Amino acid sequence: MSTIVPAQPHLGEAGTVRAGMSDRPPAARRVSPWADVLFSALAHGAAWLTLALLAGILVSLVVGAAPAIREFGLGFLWTSEWDPVQNRYGGLVMIYGTLMTSFIALVIAVPVSFGIALFLTELSPAWLKRPLGTAIELLAAVPSIVYGMWGLLVFSPILARFVQQPLQSAFQGVPLLGPLFSGPPVGIGLLSAGIILAIMVIPFIASVMRDVFDVTPPMLKESAYALGSTTWEVVWRVVLPYTKTGVVGGIMLGLGRALGETMAVTFVIGNFNQLHSVSLFEAANSITSALANEFGEAAAGLHQASLIYLGLVLFVITFVVLAISKLLLQQLKKREGAAA
Amino acid sequence: MSALPAAAAMSAAEQSRRRLHSRRKRTNVIALTLALAAMAFGIFWLVWILVETVRLGIGGLSLSLFTEMTPPPQAETGGLANAIFGSLAMVTLATLLGTPIGIMAGIYLAEYGQRSWLGASTRFINDILLSAPSIVIGLFIYTVVVARTRTFSGGAGVLALALIVIPVVIRTTENILALIPNALREAAYALGTPKWRVILTVTLRAARAGVITGVLLAFARIAGETAPLLFTALSNQFWTSDLAQPMASLPVTIFKFAMSPYENWQKLAWAGVFLITVGVLILNIVARTFFRNRT
Repeated sequence: MSTIVPAQPHLGEAGTVRAGMSDRPPAARRVSPWADVLFSALAHGAAWLTLALLAGILVSLVVGAAPAIREFGLGFLWTSEWDPVQNRYGGLVMIYGTLMTSFIALVIAVPVSFGIALFLTELSPAWLKRPLGTAIELLAAVPSIVYGMWGLLVFSPILARFVQQPLQSAFQGVPLLGPLFSGPPVGIGLLSAGIILAIMVIPFIASVMRDVFDVTPPMLKESAYALGSTTWEVVWRVVLPYTKTGVVGGIMLGLGRALGETMAVTFVIGNFNQLHSVSLFEAANSITSALANEFGEAAAGLHQASLIYLGLVLFVITFVVLAISKLLLQQLKKREGAAA
Repeated sequence: MSALPAAAAMSAAEQSRRRLHSRRKRTNVIALTLALAAMAFGIFWLVWILVETVRLGIGGLSLSLFTEMTPPPQAETGGLANAIFGSLAMVTLATLLGTPIGIMAGIYLAEYGQRSWLGASTRFINDILLSAPSIVIGLFIYTVVVARTRTFSGGAGVLALALIVIPVVIRTTENILALIPNALREAAYALGTPKWRVILTVTLRAARAGVITGVLLAFARIAGETAPLLFTALSNQFWTSDLAQPMASLPVTIFKFAMSPYENWQKLAWAGVFLITVGVLILNIVARTFFRNRT
């Protein structure tokens, strides 16, 4: 980037030089004066279109959700009743499901991604770096519907049998932890949705972590190694503090992805609109899966408006999370530029 | 006599040093082993998903998959021809629609607006759109297109997918244009070339491989998208090439079939999952190797 910026002032000069030379042209070659203007206008227009797209999404969601916003106001966010028959709607169950599954996903994905980034930057032999890195990135390329179908038909029966049932019998009657593992151990619910989300966001978090670990100045790492630090101490005490804004930015990116994921969650969360217990095994619902399941059949009116309201809430949450992620990553980049 | 306590003191210091050393070493070994385990954990899921997809999907593969329409429940025969066609048609059109816009905006970011506020905000917004929930894009197109025209349509699906293509192409185009050495631009300007020609015939041409990679990745990304099609293109049991009609697509058909209790539908869903996974992964690998070989 920095190499491009200084060139900008020359552009105007290049233009004037060309104008001066046209007094004795080497060959008669017509240069349309409009081509430059038109091309620049097209490029500007495309950039404006991107901004307009965001504004359009926000406005259309607010307009679509207006009837529900008028009817329920902000109370929608902490009301758990969802009753299409009596036309009473509250989004708490879905909002809880979205936040909880994303939280479970991060609890699993963050340490694993850190390990993967550590492995790829410090441990892996050079010839293995690229294939392993690509393999992890391919996890992000697998379509979410594939995760969903695999999760429902292959993964959740195994989870129920080998994880949920043992956990349940081990913690039965234990105060605090017991209720967490109560509920039907059928492999469908918050826990399995969280685990599958974790697999889906690992590539995003790991690749950001790997990239920011890679930009740590070698001088810093080598100094620490020269003082006798072990690999782990270099990563934990030197690389991580140096890159912490980037690491948090990567985690936020993963969170943004997890919050907005639709198909994989829809398959395994159970789509159950009530909140009985704190159990992680309980079938629940998320914003995205409520939209995916109900929106197509929702009658125009309050039901549809409430679903769009949910969509608006989701968009606002992910927007904030992703904006924070972007700001943190930018901050790291800026500091890196200052240090160089 | 005095040597003995000194030696004892030495050995005490030595001992604690050794203990510290071995503890640090142990921590290191444990941490690195865990890192290795994390790597294995990541690869494990990829392998498991791929193996199951192949194992369960390959049985459903046959010629009729590509020639016959999606069947009613519990039918003897049937395929996914209309869904495959619908997916290919919508994904191709959406890529054709979104790519030029994405490339132009990418050109703006790299060649015109590096320092302007419009450039900074577009870059920021674009990165957010890149990770925005795709189901919200579907909602957006539903409210502005489907609710107006009062019908689900393939055209609305194309629009929704195109909106996902745009940020992907913008991002790769900008990144790759930023890598083109400035001397190349300056040389072209020095020859008196107008800016639009410099961009089209020098920088964009030099960045061709990267831009094509971006487009391929965008194509692969939307080929597997389900959420934005659910309430735009919906689905269709029959063959249609009319963009004003609801149109079947592979992901939406898989969703419908996988959630059903009918055995023939589930089998077709696995075959569809196999097709889509293999297709998307091959596209990804091709895009990556193509890019690596050309740059």
